[in-house]
Amino acid sequence: MAAQVIYTLWLREMKWLIRAKSRLVASVVQPFLWLAIIGVGMSSTLTMPGSQISYLQFMAPGIVGMTLIFSSTMAGVSVLWDKQFGFMKEILVAPVPRIQIMLGKAIGGMTTSILQGLLLLLAAAAVGVRPPGVVELLQVLVFMVLISLTFVSIGLAFASRMEDPVAFPIVMNFLIMPLYFLSGALYRVDMAPGWLSFLSRMDPLTYGVDGIRGAILGTSYAQFPMWLDFAVLGVFAVVMILLGSYLFRKIKA
Amino acid sequence: MKAECAIEARNLTKKFGDLVAVNRVNLEIKDGEIFGLLGPNGAGKTTLIHMLSTILPPTKGMAKVASSDIDKDPDGVRKAIGIVFQEPSLDNRLTGRENLDFHGRMYGMTKAQRDERVKKVLEIVGLKGRADVLVQNYSGGMKRRLEMARGLMHHPKILFLDEPTLGLDPQTRRVIWDHIRILNEVEKVTIILTTHYIEEADYLCNRVAIIDHGKIVALDKPDALKDRLKGDVVYINISDPEKYISIFRKSKLVKKAKIVDGTLHLQVSSGERAIPKLIDLANEHGGQVHTVSLRRPTLEDVFIHYTGRAIREEAPSNHARMGRIATAHGLR
Repeated sequence: MAAQVIYTLWLREMKWLIRAKSRLVASVVQPFLWLAIIGVGMSSTLTMPGSQISYLQFMAPGIVGMTLIFSSTMAGVSVLWDKQFGFMKEILVAPVPRIQIMLGKAIGGMTTSILQGLLLLLAAAAVGVRPPGVVELLQVLVFMVLISLTFVSIGLAFASRMEDPVAFPIVMNFLIMPLYFLSGALYRVDMAPGWLSFLSRMDPLTYGVDGIRGAILGTSYAQFPMWLDFAVLGVFAVVMILLGSYLFRKIKA
Repeated sequence: MKAECAIEARNLTKKFGDLVAVNRVNLEIKDGEIFGLLGPNGAGKTTLIHMLSTILPPTKGMAKVASSDIDKDPDGVRKAIGIVFQEPSLDNRLTGRENLDFHGRMYGMTKAQRDERVKKVLEIVGLKGRADVLVQNYSGGMKRRLEMARGLMHHPKILFLDEPTLGLDPQTRRVIWDHIRILNEVEKVTIILTTHYIEEADYLCNRVAIIDHGKIVALDKPDALKDRLKGDVVYINISDPEKYISIFRKSKLVKKAKIVDGTLHLQVSSGERAIPKLIDLANEHGGQVHTVSLRRPTLEDVFIHYTGRAIREEAPSNHARMGRIATAHGLR
């Protein structure tokens, strides 16, 4: 029964994705644009001091992280559109625990954002940045799932308490932008000044990007050991799911 | 709780801050009946339905819906009820069939159960041919019918319809009414509907509760409610109605008199006989009667009787309406 409810909600999100042609095209094209413009553009002016890798190689995992964090948090907007169009009432009046509704929405949002992340991995592979083997690819996937889970839950937590689907992306951008710039996607956390380095270490995305970077480029290019990345991000993900489902219990249509 | 009771509410109360939206409502709704909650906008009908369908927790009081307590066993209630909300609640980007299928899945129905049931409910509401069209291409009446079909998907014992014909044109309204009757008969489902359309309550409901300011002020069969008024209502449009109401009140003919929107409403036992005498009486006191009209009591009169005002504030005033009726009857 629980699986059926979660699957039902997931299926609905997928139907939306496929039917919204413009959204589908945008989410396919966007990762390639990011990599082409930011990645290639910046790496032509920047070099990594004292390192064998190019700036493009350094920041490609960061763009994977960026794609994930933005598309994951924005998944919460579907909750707000459901409220706006009255469909949330139909969902909430069903004899179904709220946590299953939250999980269905979360897995739907994760699927979309991970698909986008995978496209970006493909784009990165096309410019020569790819995990060396299957084990490393699986490591990358684990970190992608954890990043997505963390930020989908944050988005849903906010969405459960908000009403306005237009305000939602603005509020989320306000939160997500600093998290992205602090994450070490664009610069080395250990070379940043102390205060900045400290803030970076508070940011869950730092560990996600670092894990992906370690898997693709080799652990010597990562700031932290991979087990630490995994542990910290894992804890963040669990805490955010719990927070999201707690807030979802009192969601109003 | 009696076995034939679909809904039983005791002292059900909902407060929003200082506003008492539903005030100590006691209610017993029988199995299989079409029960109407009639009242103006803001009377507390929707709040009452939202409490009975577990969307809102009550501030005080209790209710049992299909033998389940709304407070202690909300999932038991949810399984037993279907609901059509006042505002649209369909997914416009899915087809009619997909909306129904989504609902069936959420209620734990198997694929075979869903397929069979979708066919059946689409038939009941007459949407078979449009099942695979996206809901965004449906008309208002079709959406309403699809929502009723969806409310029926999981074989509920009780179906709540919150203003089922709000905003629909008169023709579509008729069609919806017929569908409501059919599904009450075919599916043997108890129906509780809210409405502020007098004709709707009169046409559809076995019993009607008149609700005003969160309280039930009268509850009976529509005919019984009308009989309570005992007699006809004469509407007199006259200059200075305040002066003449006291004069008419002294007359033995008039059982009850009140002014609604500047028009005198006089309750008499036989309207045809009373009218000439009432006009004479007004003339004796120098009154200038502009228009007179006569009506057998309707639910609207019942409503005015119990609440002291007309049901729709936004409707044209009785003054203007009575003028038109009188003209049509050649009384001018």
